[in-house]
Amino acid sequence: MDLSTIFRAACVAALTILPSVSAQAVDITGAGATFPFPVYSKWADAYKTQTGNGLNYQSIGSGAGIKQIQAKTVTFGASDAPLTAAQLSKDGLAQWPMVMGAIVAVVNIEGLKSNELVLDGRVLADIYLGAIKKWDDAAIKKLNPDLKLPSAAITVVRRSDGSGTTFNFTDYLAKVSADWKSKVGSGTAVEWPVGVGAKGNEGVAGNVAQTKNSIGYVEYAYAKQNNLTYAALVNAAGKTIKPTITSFQAAAANADWANAPGFYQILTNQPGEASWPITAATFILMYKQPVDADASNEALKFFAWAYEQGGKMAEELDYIPMPESVVKLIKDSWAKDIASK
Amino acid sequence: MSPSPFVFPCGARLVNIETRMKSLPVDRARALAAFRLGDASFYWLTRICALVVLCILGGIILSLMIGAWPAIQTFGFDFLVTRRWAPQLEPTPVLGALGPIYGTLVTSALAMLVAVPVGIGIAIFLSELCPPALRRPVGIAIELLAGIPSIIYGMWGFFVLAPFMTDHVQPLFIDLFDGVPVLGAIFAGPPSYLSLFNASLVLAIMVLPFITAISRDVFMSVPPMLKESAYGLGCTTWEVVRNVVIPYTRTGVIGGIMLALGRALGETMAVTFIIGNSFQISGSIFAPGTTISAAIASEFAEASGVHQSALILLGLLLFVLTFIVLASARLMLARLERKAGA
Repeated sequence: MDLSTIFRAACVAALTILPSVSAQAVDITGAGATFPFPVYSKWADAYKTQTGNGLNYQSIGSGAGIKQIQAKTVTFGASDAPLTAAQLSKDGLAQWPMVMGAIVAVVNIEGLKSNELVLDGRVLADIYLGAIKKWDDAAIKKLNPDLKLPSAAITVVRRSDGSGTTFNFTDYLAKVSADWKSKVGSGTAVEWPVGVGAKGNEGVAGNVAQTKNSIGYVEYAYAKQNNLTYAALVNAAGKTIKPTITSFQAAAANADWANAPGFYQILTNQPGEASWPITAATFILMYKQPVDADASNEALKFFAWAYEQGGKMAEELDYIPMPESVVKLIKDSWAKDIASK
Repeated sequence: MSPSPFVFPCGARLVNIETRMKSLPVDRARALAAFRLGDASFYWLTRICALVVLCILGGIILSLMIGAWPAIQTFGFDFLVTRRWAPQLEPTPVLGALGPIYGTLVTSALAMLVAVPVGIGIAIFLSELCPPALRRPVGIAIELLAGIPSIIYGMWGFFVLAPFMTDHVQPLFIDLFDGVPVLGAIFAGPPSYLSLFNASLVLAIMVLPFITAISRDVFMSVPPMLKESAYGLGCTTWEVVRNVVIPYTRTGVIGGIMLALGRALGETMAVTFIIGNSFQISGSIFAPGTTISAAIASEFAEASGVHQSALILLGLLLFVLTFIVLASARLMLARLERKAGA
């Protein structure tokens, strides 16, 4: 058999096999936030086993996710920073929250265990402003009278890429510190006064794990998976709160989704005695008039499945599933807004 | 220029072929015409290849300029002298290239400061002093260093070199120069894992093979007669290297250094890992910083609008910076040669 025969045979085989394969299994493509990536990949695995349909999700960051959906290279985009109703209508996009999570402050101080260190928003902002330079600063000592803290310089670790995690973190700091609000403000990428930048949640986690006397902020799942030491935070009600699924849920329960156009909600610094102060929802973006209606339907099927069956998996990774009432609102919005064939 | 006529490398062969052609029942004119055609098409093929390179270069410059245009319009000349990098400001972000330019120049200069003496030292050892049995393994090891992907250097720098330098070497310098006027500011603490200093060291190791391999090759090309005459006059090895080998090979060595500098200026991945990606200019080499390429790599995916355009403008600046460095090296080289010739 010479080469051209083999090639011809291969072509024929490909032509006969390919259409049947694509009819059976579809790959849903999406791109965006790194924050929900652990739970999306877990859902994708389970969904693939159940239905044979895969999810190809690139965790490239919220801003990049928004750009990808605007460029129509993916079926859905994912972002931690919600777009405003005006931005949505400009591009003809629909938006809804997929799952909620929490951001924790992680530290690397020798001998310190999780939840031993207590910080509040003001102190956190001052550390990130460079106003508090050492771990034995009076302001930190005041919150931790019994803790022995080293007289070492704090290495501040933050994101170098634009990020929804940064958006929610800086939004929180701007809410609790007037200094932060006037000097830095909030956004997916800001003008950091101090610190070193690392790429992605995993980059910040890696840098904090590596660098002694450092502090960083990551999605809770990344802190747990990397066995990082996290700090307890003082919430809006003045209570010291540990990052647990209960405190995340307490914060999430306060959100009023029904009266938020485009589901625009930022969940930081929620009231309530038991609320964890830095919780965040992560959002999905899809076109109301999709280019490929089939792909769009498949994606919606996946999301519906995730709302119905993915809750437990999300909780295992310490994300907070959307409450049923909100899921109903979201499904109504699909039926109303997103054109199927 | 017209295509060069068909020329055989040596006369004897020409005669040989001509006699053979006469004996063959082939039309000689037609055979020669066929040769000329092949020759002409070869000439045009190579010329097109050369032109394609020029077109690609021009296209890259043009597309960089088009991409950078909104940023040039927004910031103008201020882009070069602004220290702030605040992409979050509404409606127009404040963006300035001074931080990345500073980081690029400092890390490249520091890297060359370390790599040039060490690289040339290794090359002298390999070409002049090394026992022949050791020459090959060391030479191959140096060349292998050049083949390691830069991300590996970045990881190694992050996990191995940075902790060592930060815990043991940086405090030494900080204590040593504490209170000394200018040096105290350059070596100011606190030590940092991710810093200009650590990034420069990784860069130095990365560019070392370029300097060593090229220097060694040109050192080997020095005619033994010259060296042996010098030895015969009673010169020491140092004197031979200083007065014969280096003057003879200056052009080649500087070429190697320039190649290394070009790589140091543009190196992205390893630097992004270890430099800290901070736009602040503190003056201390132990502080985190950023370089042009690191800034582009870490922010490009998420940027939009003027922010993205500013990053493209940074790319254009790097292009210009590299061009200036290489051009001035050429100029220096030409001047040196004229001096040596005179």
